[in-house]
Amino acid sequence: MAPLLDIRNLTVVFDTPAGTVHAVNDVSYTIEEGETLGIVGESGSGKSVHALSMVGLIARPPGRIVSGEVYFKGRDLLKLSQRELFDLRGKEIGFVFQDPMTSLNPVLTVERQIAEPLRRHFNLSKSQARERVVELLELVGIPNARERIGQYPHEFSGGMRQRVMIAIGISCNPKLLIADEATTALDVTVQAQILDLVRDLKKKIGTTVIWITHDMGVVAGLADTIQVMYGGRIMERGPVDTVFEDPRSAYTWGLLKSLPHGGKRGTTRLYQIPGNPPNLINEPIGDPFAPRNTFATERCLRETPPLQQVEGSVPGHKAAVWYDLREELKKQEAKV
Amino acid sequence: MSVDRTMTPPQKPLVIANRLCKTFGGGRSLLGASAPALKAVNDVSFEIFPGETLGLVGESGSGKSTTGRVLLQLEEPTSGDIIFKGQNLTGLSKSLLKPHRRDMQIIFQDPYSSLNPRMTVGEFVSEPLIVHGVATNKSERNDRVAALFRKVGLDPSFMTRYPHEFSGGQRQRVCIARGIALDPAFIVADEPITALDVSIQAQIVNLFQDLQDELGLTYLFIAHDLSMIRYLCHRVAVMLRGRIVEIGPCEAIFENPQHAYTQALLSAIPVPDPRIERNRKPITFDVSANLPPEEATLQPVGDRHFVLR
Repeated sequence: MAPLLDIRNLTVVFDTPAGTVHAVNDVSYTIEEGETLGIVGESGSGKSVHALSMVGLIARPPGRIVSGEVYFKGRDLLKLSQRELFDLRGKEIGFVFQDPMTSLNPVLTVERQIAEPLRRHFNLSKSQARERVVELLELVGIPNARERIGQYPHEFSGGMRQRVMIAIGISCNPKLLIADEATTALDVTVQAQILDLVRDLKKKIGTTVIWITHDMGVVAGLADTIQVMYGGRIMERGPVDTVFEDPRSAYTWGLLKSLPHGGKRGTTRLYQIPGNPPNLINEPIGDPFAPRNTFATERCLRETPPLQQVEGSVPGHKAAVWYDLREELKKQEAKV
Repeated sequence: MSVDRTMTPPQKPLVIANRLCKTFGGGRSLLGASAPALKAVNDVSFEIFPGETLGLVGESGSGKSTTGRVLLQLEEPTSGDIIFKGQNLTGLSKSLLKPHRRDMQIIFQDPYSSLNPRMTVGEFVSEPLIVHGVATNKSERNDRVAALFRKVGLDPSFMTRYPHEFSGGQRQRVCIARGIALDPAFIVADEPITALDVSIQAQIVNLFQDLQDELGLTYLFIAHDLSMIRYLCHRVAVMLRGRIVEIGPCEAIFENPQHAYTQALLSAIPVPDPRIERNRKPITFDVSANLPPEEATLQPVGDRHFVLR
């Protein structure tokens, strides 16, 4: 069966007064129906921009899609008109953004905001839409849904607002739900509830999910596949268990190693990745992580490694490296 | 009531918060209606010993940042006392407070908004030296700033640059350099790593540790990342709706949490291990249904370990 989403060689830049920002560089991947893909990366990794650009949600200019194809159910989204994208967003592809404070309209009731995509895409009457809104709010765990639909966003707590955002995201039963740092602004206790809710919804309605975050812990609990991005590129990707246990990109390895892992005070010093995130204004040459990578070779600085199947690992475990991390770690251990 | 009384420390506490309260609102509005007062900090007491790191955790709106600000007299407490190095700071005039100010500093969450975009980072770090009349001679001041830059891991040649030329981690290093410029004894760090990229957080955590070892600093470390708290702190205080619901040594809190809210909070930390994380069952805790009763007090449950009951 063809994958639900098939991204090929997507490259996105932003033309700014300071120069051209190379935000997404030659990103290709697929996602199967029903799969949950966790995308991990820091600011500037291209994780959000690539997701927004595939459905026409970046401002153009300054944004510019230089190349690529994004096949969703067989159609290239990058060739669709604004009108066609308008019909697709919300209905086929749902979005949940980071900040429920700014992504909800403060002067419209929650009912209006959830009902809008429903009425637009399905021509529901006002009362039909209302029934569906109540149903959705109950689904995302908002108590007394019927009484609360007439309220405004400020009458909801942060966690409840994020639930409203999720309700909007799934209102039209989208094939694909893209959540961009959807729990980052929330308290950990609320985050735990939202993650539970997403797992539950997947069981109930089988949505395919792209969950974008910087939190390794969140990905560990939610995703089937993890994709690590850095400097606009995919550094590594594969089944979560495999990548957490046997990372092959020095960046993934460094990220995992720099977490405290339940470590107590006075135990070993935290491992720290040296250096600073890359400046994307420079023309990308070589492996973007190479300047911060103690295992980097001459070649890493000159030539960009392709994302390739890791030899000897499970199918689908891919890394973009010129070095063999396992060998390098062995050498390092031998030295100590 | 003062917590930690069972401890027989070799030294006196550096900072004592004694029954601090901070209420917002509640005044009469223009039309004479009185708005309900919000008790952001409600009867909060604790002590911090020299060289110690006390972690302060809780949900947003629990009053942890306000506690930090009140402690530094950036906001006046509605009631209660702050004893710093044995002297009561509450009610002191600005001029009497000024000598204490150099001894207590704050580092904020967002190094993008806490730096002045029109000042070179060198000027920014030297500002406290000028304000407090330390190193009045310009070349001497420059030398001190250069030394501070080296101490926080920045190249002194960066001194003449402006904040926009720096990444988040470097900006936070600049803020820390300013924070330690006057050799303070006590630093309130208000979510200092939250806004930083994941690959940078460990660098800054290590810097905080190194500076403590080197300069004997005392920290109040406010955070919501509990795994970092465990790694950094000697003791932790858990806040809920303006009150401390549990306080104790890190190990006691993490291994043997007593308050239902602490238990829920700990169970909610995502673990970066798919095998554990997939089967983790967070404990739910409905805050509004379980507000700490007004008359509850901190009761001892173990060595230096107290819980609100």
